[in-house]
Amino acid sequence: MQSSGRFEALFKRLSAEARAGLYPFVAAGDPNLAFTRRLIPALAAAGADGFEIGVPFSDPLADGPTIQRASMRSLKGGTTLRGVIDLVAEVRAEAPDPPMVLMTYYNPIIAFGLKEFCAEAARAGADAVIVPDLPPEEAGELLKAMAEVPLEPIFMLAPTSTDARIDLVNRSGGGFIYYVAQMGVTGARDTLAPDLGGALERINRVKNRPVAVGFGIKTPEQAAEAGALGDGVIVGSALIDVMENEDAEEEKIGAACRYIASLRSVLEKSRTTT
Amino acid sequence: MPRLNGTDCGDEMEKIANKGRFGIFGGRYVPETLMPALEELEAAYDEVREDPAFKAELAAILDKYVGRPTPLYHAARLSGELGSLKIYLKREDLCHTGAHKINNTLAQVLLAKRLGKKRIIAETGAGQHGVATATAAALFGLECDVYMGEEDIDRQALNVFRMRLLGARVIPVTSGSRTLKDATNETLRDWTASVRTTHYIIGSVVGPDPFPRMIRDFQSVIGREARGQILEAEGRLPDVCVACVGGGSNAIGLFHPFLDDAGVELIGVEAAGRGIETGEHGASLNAGRVGVLHGCQMFLLYDDDGQIIPAHSVSAGLDYPGVGPEHSFIKDSGRARYHAIGDTDALRGFKRLSLLEGIIPALESAHAIAFLSVLAEEVRQAGGTKTVLVCLSGRGDKDVQQAEGLLRELSDDEAKG
Repeated sequence: MQSSGRFEALFKRLSAEARAGLYPFVAAGDPNLAFTRRLIPALAAAGADGFEIGVPFSDPLADGPTIQRASMRSLKGGTTLRGVIDLVAEVRAEAPDPPMVLMTYYNPIIAFGLKEFCAEAARAGADAVIVPDLPPEEAGELLKAMAEVPLEPIFMLAPTSTDARIDLVNRSGGGFIYYVAQMGVTGARDTLAPDLGGALERINRVKNRPVAVGFGIKTPEQAAEAGALGDGVIVGSALIDVMENEDAEEEKIGAACRYIASLRSVLEKSRTTT
Repeated sequence: MPRLNGTDCGDEMEKIANKGRFGIFGGRYVPETLMPALEELEAAYDEVREDPAFKAELAAILDKYVGRPTPLYHAARLSGELGSLKIYLKREDLCHTGAHKINNTLAQVLLAKRLGKKRIIAETGAGQHGVATATAAALFGLECDVYMGEEDIDRQALNVFRMRLLGARVIPVTSGSRTLKDATNETLRDWTASVRTTHYIIGSVVGPDPFPRMIRDFQSVIGREARGQILEAEGRLPDVCVACVGGGSNAIGLFHPFLDDAGVELIGVEAAGRGIETGEHGASLNAGRVGVLHGCQMFLLYDDDGQIIPAHSVSAGLDYPGVGPEHSFIKDSGRARYHAIGDTDALRGFKRLSLLEGIIPALESAHAIAFLSVLAEEVRQAGGTKTVLVCLSGRGDKDVQQAEGLLRELSDDEAKG
């Protein structure tokens, strides 16, 4: 496995600042790629540490209604995997530091070609890839293609994961471990899972890399709790919800930045509380 | 796209990955949340498939409740009209609830009870699987929710009523193409949230391992019975086995016990819809590429960007952009071949079997019946006759309302043409 080094640099900085990282999920091309192109740098300025950049898919079976809607708007606008890779390259030209993770279902990668996808994603400046319908057992081919370029696989763990599966993800993945904090699909929830602390404790005991917590996080209070238990916080649906409430693009970006800043402020020194 | 072996991940992962595959097809392409449930289901299935008590319980239900064995019927008038074929119909349409789907749902409900699950969920296209699931859930007193695309709810109103009468909740799916593909997405979404208390009864030989091989085993009762019955009737094996293929459960159920009989030709019949060249069809094996959807690698309909292309067929049960991984494998290996029949020809088959044999077939099964004309012509040109075993997977009561309108349009067109 080769690394771009951006995650290592970020983790070092987060550790020095004693706080959890903040990783927004951005639905690329919602409603068009030009908008996403402006959104990402604005969110970085508002306090985001890295990005999950979502590639739209016709059948997003791990996603709830919010990201489904965003995917459909993006597909309607003509977004393709190639277009999203080009977007990463444009953002990277101006922002050398923040890790960017491509998040895509497996079939668009198959259509693109595994080797071509890995080569082009790495060349564009992506650092890692998350494929929600590709557990480590099925990732052999993609990992082989990925091994030739500085691109890391990020695997997920869930409340149902057994100790054997925690071990498998620990050994197979790069970047951070993505902990799916809720049973079910993506989408903002009013409360965090009650057993989050216990579940993360099981992973924290054996983890060999930072754990970022996603699925269901909406409020700064939830983010603070997740940031105290884990090493990073991922927000997706809640960010899209905030933007859906506004009409004009300027307003959407403004609201998204205020929201990200509100989460970032509660994460300062979050790791000293544990 | 071949599956690459010898990755950097070590032998252990390779070993896991090759389990539950048919060549490069199959696998478990699901979110992490579901992986432990699939491991649990696999362990439970490995246990019950060898368990005499489970087998006896299932056999008794199939006998007394489903009405198995279903008859093998020599369709003499249809054979006479087609000339070169001696046609036997395996009468799965006579199963309780009117289709082969119940062979699978009863077995899976028994399994769900062993796993201690209190709730059953299912996707349905034509509604036959939904009805069969609701029936099995009613029989064993389990809660049951069935996801069904809005478009299918409109074309299969009778089955929607039947499911509700049987105590199931029918949940309309409004996303995407509002058909079977989208109902399957929604059921998988439900399952990732409810997997600790809920069992998902997939209706066809698709989805993540172990579903395709487990459902194949449960449906193989069709081929096992038919094999014995035709040996008794003819004193030999058939020359050809024919079945319609959407996801492919009735076809694999018929084919599987004949896979090692090299002299028996296996032919699956897909939906050509409005014609493969129009792009509006359900013929994944004829016109698809290797891809991943709903947990398995299979032949799949998708565009150059990897986005799934909605299928089309006059029959809701064949309206699916993928096809079972084992079919994908036996197509690739050449053991079976797959033909496609369009909407119009399927309607002709629907009418023909009704007129000649007094059997109204499901529109799905009508595709297999319509293909017999193609096969008869092939056999005639080669000079000879063949004995053909056809799976009549379901009865057409659910389709009569839709077919009435379509047949009127068809006869208007033919009068004009």
